[in-house]
Amino acid sequence: MTKRLWNTHELKKSYDVVIIGGGVNGLATAYYMAKMGQKNICVLESKFVGYGGSGRNTAILRSNYRTPEGIKFYEQSMSMYRGLAQELDFNLMFSEQGHFTLGHSESSMSGLVTRAENNKALNVDSYMLDPKQVKEMLPEIDITDHPRYPVMGALYHPPGGIIRHDAVVWAYCKEAEKLGVEVHNLTTVEEVIIEKGKVTGVKTNRGQINCGKLLSAVAGWSSEVCKKVNLKLPITTHPLQAMVTESYKPWLHHVVVSSTLHIYLSQTDRGELVCGNGIDNYTHFGMKSTLGFLEGYAAHVLELFPILHNVKVQRSWAGLCDMTPDYGPIISKINEIEGFYLNCGWGTYGFKAGPASGLNTAKMILDDKEPDMIKAFSFYRFQNNELGGEKAAASVGN
Amino acid sequence: MLTCPNCGKRNVGEFSYKGSYNKRPDAAASFDKWVDYVYMDENPTGMNREWWYHGNGCKRWFIVDRDSMDNLSHKSQWFSEV
Repeated sequence: MTKRLWNTHELKKSYDVVIIGGGVNGLATAYYMAKMGQKNICVLESKFVGYGGSGRNTAILRSNYRTPEGIKFYEQSMSMYRGLAQELDFNLMFSEQGHFTLGHSESSMSGLVTRAENNKALNVDSYMLDPKQVKEMLPEIDITDHPRYPVMGALYHPPGGIIRHDAVVWAYCKEAEKLGVEVHNLTTVEEVIIEKGKVTGVKTNRGQINCGKLLSAVAGWSSEVCKKVNLKLPITTHPLQAMVTESYKPWLHHVVVSSTLHIYLSQTDRGELVCGNGIDNYTHFGMKSTLGFLEGYAAHVLELFPILHNVKVQRSWAGLCDMTPDYGPIISKINEIEGFYLNCGWGTYGFKAGPASGLNTAKMILDDKEPDMIKAFSFYRFQNNELGGEKAAASVGN
Repeated sequence: MLTCPNCGKRNVGEFSYKGSYNKRPDAAASFDKWVDYVYMDENPTGMNREWWYHGNGCKRWFIVDRDSMDNLSHKSQWFSEV
C-alpha cells in the first residue's frame, strides 16, 4: 500500500503558534520554525494544502528582480531551492533552464537594462541579449518586424527555471509533519480572539483553539482574515489566469516571458506548454477562466511563436494574486496587535519566494522582530513613505 | 459584460477598472486618514463601489457597484448621482 505523506489529526485545545494558510509560505514557515526548535505548531487550511496560489502558479523560479532588497531576498530563495530536494527528501524536478524576459519597447528595454546591471552588482547571473542571440537560443521565435511588437532584445537569467510546484508544497508538508507540525485541512478560521490587544486564539469551524502567536499567510484572502482583527491592508485581489496545452515533443528549452505581451511560456518534462497571462485588470475573487484571456493570450503568443497555431488547450484555471501598490510583499509583525504576524502581498510571485519567505517569517515569529533581510517588506512602509519599486520586475505587470 | 450609463451593456474589455471609490479626505485631515485614502483598500468579497472608464467607447468615467464574487450583479451610475 502507498504510504501516506502526512496524517490527519484531532484539533488540540491549544497551540503555541497557529498559521493560517496551507500554501508554500505557511508550510515553509511551519517547517523552518519546527527546525529551529519551536514545538506545538499547527497549520490551518480551509480547503487542502496547495489549493490556492501554490498550486495555481506557473512554477517559474528566478531572482532577476529590480531593487537590491528584492534581488537579495529572491536570490536567497533561489539558493535554498537548489538544495531543497535534498533537504526535504523529495524529487522537486527543479530545472535551471534559463529565463528570457523579452523587451518590445524603449521603456521596457530600459527597465531590463536596469535590472541586468542591478543583478550583476549583486552577483546574480543576468545579462542582456540582442534579438539575434535570442533567435540562436530560441530558433522558433519570430524576431522580424512582422509582429505588432517586434522583439528588441531580452534580459537573460541563466539560473532561472521551473520546478514541480505541487511537489514543493507536499515536501514541506511532509517534513513539517515529521518535525511534529500538525496540518489541518478543511479547517476555516471564522473569528480571531483578541484580549487586551493580544491574540489569544481563533474560532474555527471545528471548534475554538488557543494560541500564543498567529500568522496569516493566506495571500488573496488576506484582506478577509485581517478584517477579523480590524486591520485594513493596502491590498487588492486580482485573478491571474493560466492554462496548459496538450503534450508536444520537447522544443522549448527555456522559460520565455514578455511583459508587454503579458505572456509566460515554458514546457514541462511531460511536454505540455504552461501558459500564463497578466493579472485581470479588475479585482475579483472568482477562479474561473474567461474566453477573453484565451483569445488575448493566443493572439500574443502567435506573434512570438507562429508554430503554435494548431496547439490544443488541455485545461485552464485562475489563481488569486494579492497585489500591493509597490508590487512588494508584506512580511511584518503588527505593532497594534501583540502576537499577530502577516505574510502577504505576494502578487504574482509568492511561490518563487517560498523558502526565503518561510525562513525569514519563522525567524520573525520566534524573535518577535523582523530579520534584516525582510526589513524593507514592512507593513509600515506605506505610512513611512518607504515604498519599494518592484513593479518593473513583475514579469507580466501592466 | 458591464453596463455603461451612456452606452448600455458592453464587453468588459472596452472598459478599464480604476480602483475602489473612496471619499477624498479633507485637506486638513490627519496623516493616518490620508495614508488610508492613498494606499489602503477594503478589498471586499462582495459588493464594492468603484470607478470605471469606458476607454474604447464614450470615454466617460462612472461609478459601478459590483459583486467581486460572482462578477455578474452590478449597478452603474454617474458620479453626480451617487
